[in-house]
Amino acid sequence: MPGRSVFPALEPLLEQVGKPVQYVGGELNSTVKPWDVAGDGTVRWSLMYPDAYEVGVPNQGVMILYEVLNERPDALAERTYAVWPDLEALMREHGVPQFTVDAHRPVGDFDLLGVSFSTELGYTNLLTALDLAGIPLHAADRDESHPVVVAGGHAAFNPEPVADFVDAAVVGDGEEAVLAVTDIVRDWKGEGRPGGRDELLLRLARTGGVYVPRFYDVTYLPDGRIRRVAPNRPGVPWRVSKHTVMDLDAWPYPKQPLVPLAESVHERMSVEIFRGCTRGCRFCQAGMITRPVRERSITGIGEMVEQGLSATGFEEVGLLSLSSADHSEIAQVTKGLADRYEGTNTGLSLPSTRVDAFNIDLANELTRNGRRSGLTFAPEGGSERIRKVINKMVSEDDLIRTVSAAYGAGWRQVKLYFMCGLPTETDEDVLQIAELAKRVIETGREVSGRRDIRCTVSIGGFVPKPHTPFQWAAQLGADATDARLERLREAIRSDRRYGSSIGFRYHDGKPGIVEGLLSRGDRRVGRVIEAVWRGGGRFDGWSEHFSYDAWMAACAAELPAFGLDVDWYTTRERDEAEVLPWDHIDSGLDKEWLWQDWLDALDETEVEDCRWTPCFDCGVCPQMGTEIEIGPTGKTLLPLTVLGSGRERMAEHTS
Amino acid sequence: MARQRTPEGPPPPPAVQKLRIRYAKRGRLRFSSTRDFSRALERALRRAGVPMAYSAGFHPHPLISYANAAPTGTASEAEYFEIRVAERVDPEALRAALDEALPQDLAVVEVVEAGPGSLADRLEASEWRLVVRGADPAEVERAVTAYLAVDRAETTRTFKRGPKTFDTREPVLRMQVTGVDDDGCAILRMVVRHTTPSVRPDDILTALHAVTGFGPPVPPLVTRMAQGLLTADADGVADPLATDREAVGPGG
Ligand code: SF4
Repeated sequence: MPGRSVFPALEPLLEQVGKPVQYVGGELNSTVKPWDVAGDGTVRWSLMYPDAYEVGVPNQGVMILYEVLNERPDALAERTYAVWPDLEALMREHGVPQFTVDAHRPVGDFDLLGVSFSTELGYTNLLTALDLAGIPLHAADRDESHPVVVAGGHAAFNPEPVADFVDAAVVGDGEEAVLAVTDIVRDWKGEGRPGGRDELLLRLARTGGVYVPRFYDVTYLPDGRIRRVAPNRPGVPWRVSKHTVMDLDAWPYPKQPLVPLAESVHERMSVEIFRGCTRGCRFCQAGMITRPVRERSITGIGEMVEQGLSATGFEEVGLLSLSSADHSEIAQVTKGLADRYEGTNTGLSLPSTRVDAFNIDLANELTRNGRRSGLTFAPEGGSERIRKVINKMVSEDDLIRTVSAAYGAGWRQVKLYFMCGLPTETDEDVLQIAELAKRVIETGREVSGRRDIRCTVSIGGFVPKPHTPFQWAAQLGADATDARLERLREAIRSDRRYGSSIGFRYHDGKPGIVEGLLSRGDRRVGRVIEAVWRGGGRFDGWSEHFSYDAWMAACAAELPAFGLDVDWYTTRERDEAEVLPWDHIDSGLDKEWLWQDWLDALDETEVEDCRWTPCFDCGVCPQMGTEIEIGPTGKTLLPLTVLGSGRERMAEHTS
Repeated sequence: MARQRTPEGPPPPPAVQKLRIRYAKRGRLRFSSTRDFSRALERALRRAGVPMAYSAGFHPHPLISYANAAPTGTASEAEYFEIRVAERVDPEALRAALDEALPQDLAVVEVVEAGPGSLADRLEASEWRLVVRGADPAEVERAVTAYLAVDRAETTRTFKRGPKTFDTREPVLRMQVTGVDDDGCAILRMVVRHTTPSVRPDDILTALHAVTGFGPPVPPLVTRMAQGLLTADADGVADPLATDREAVGPGG
């Protein structure tokens, strides 16, 4: 019987695996609906975050879609995550299929499997899940009895490397898109599934908002570059559009955030205070593909925090966005919330990376009653020159002013994030980081009058991403990255005056090459992913599981058949005329504008933010029919009686 | 100028009442660990609006103390912890509110106001119930008899500091097959004294396997039924909250 719980078979296995609680579900605010909640016409989604439960369960995207879908009377949604190798082995031995954690139903029984790819490093985990679910790995081998596998998330903006394994991809904001897909599936089921799987996929593809790889043919030039990507069915559009949700206040999700029993990577609830970012950092894919900026209003934020806290009991609220300090009323939001929750031991956090004094005021406000331990800034580039290349508009003096304000306000530790391998970068640009860190410490010692202040430099390799001006850039090879990082380490270590005051953390260049291959890969890279997976590749985002050698061996085995190698995908610079594998996925960004921005980068020319200066015609708003939505609204947060509604009920009655 | 930061604002209100709470860990939530429980509890206390007393300092934390939690994978009807509150509360109302705020398979069974004496001192032994799945009850009987006949039955378990070998037999005060469940699986009851290191049902089963050669094909379902002071004949355990109830009286 479809939809039946596999828990009886799973339970004995859980005795033998690590952290079994991650597989049992039952989280506060989770939902289990009857399998036939709307009779035969029920549309059933399993939603996968292709990483371990502890990483996946706090994911906002999945949480939002889970709630939006479950609110529909004619649909149900359950969640599934990557199982660790210990359980995978036992499941294979005992014939237990990939299951949802909500009702432990087999993933293969659902109508759709939605997979949210925040990063490309989850691709092998998708293959494990498909295989455990009994779903053929290749979309071409599936029939009507199998779920439609739909990819989403930022990585889906170049779905080509997984084109063989997914039936469809949806790019952009998921809220309205999943509802539209659900409607189409419901109607098709209701009509008695006319035309089978092919017809369903065709109906999805013809909306122009769902990419179905099988309906596009890719042809290649003799040198391996793409000649053309063309639809092969009538009515299927040449390009597939991203989805953009306007008016965030109308979408206050998650309303009932999930509270897992198991420990997760984010022990707090999050409220997304705006979507999109137009600061224009040229390396930042997230900023480019989520335009334009759409703010949630101050009152909308206040309501979500209030409702979320009472639904969860979390003691910390994160105000999420790509650059939270940029919200037009952020000062009023943080002050209003800090006042509202004063004395309730509720913490507020702001993932703030902007380098300016205003940010210090915010951070001071957020830690009014707490200890000031560490502040994080992301100058990203070590030299003034390279910061112009990446359009991170912050001067060295800005940075020094900011950190001196931080140390002066009692902060003890400042963390600085950088990237290595940026276009046009030389050793000198990176070695500048050491000088910067030393100036930071000197300034800190001066303003605080203490010797125990610290500065940590954290640096990783830059990976060029699709839909950014750097999509044409050559990635720096792993060895060159490592050599540059080594020189920086030496430069930091060699100066005794700073000793242990400067910490150095870095990520070596190897994982970045695999990420680069998967980010800018085309359909031919699917063979590499499959080969790595067949060789046992799993959990590539985890250093203890990731194997660079396995990936390189698979590249060496699979790519020569196409006359290509891993360097061709990673360290090769592309030219303007080249058809890029993701050109038919429309993020709204005008390719000519991106090319111009790439030329500007090489010229060290900066570009302003369109929130405060006139539109610079990136293309998104006219192409997508959207516009910037920002405040200020001028509203304020009124005091609330919060947390303590239970007190009355519980108080002792003295007679 | 350097500024030594101290927490601003008034010190937290003092604790005015201490409560002892018994809860049960059932069903699939037997797979939760003690850390999982304490996270869930702290959130439930906040959601229920319990007027917790907090420690002072930069990172105030609610005053909760846990006692002798059952291992991950084990269900329990008798787990205990204590909390301190800053406003007096009605124990039964607190029980209901907290029970509602916790996930379904974590049930708050009883709340009493603490009387004198330490709770930990009263948790002298546990009574366990094991459903031995996939084995012939007669075979279980024979293994139990053989185990009870020996004076020592050692097992080795790996602790944080490395493997340690210890006796399981001496702390086992009673062990008996009391019947079969609906599926015909033997139900094994045992009374085990708390020792250091604590001897857990799975330690006993490992030792029993070494002594008798008997081992069930799937791990048994283990439930702690009670904890408390040993009764006079060492045949069972007494309710550890009885003294509190007598000292303070129902409802405080
Ligand atoms: S089209 Fe203009 S206003 Fe819209 S995001 Fe691009 S630059 Fe900003």
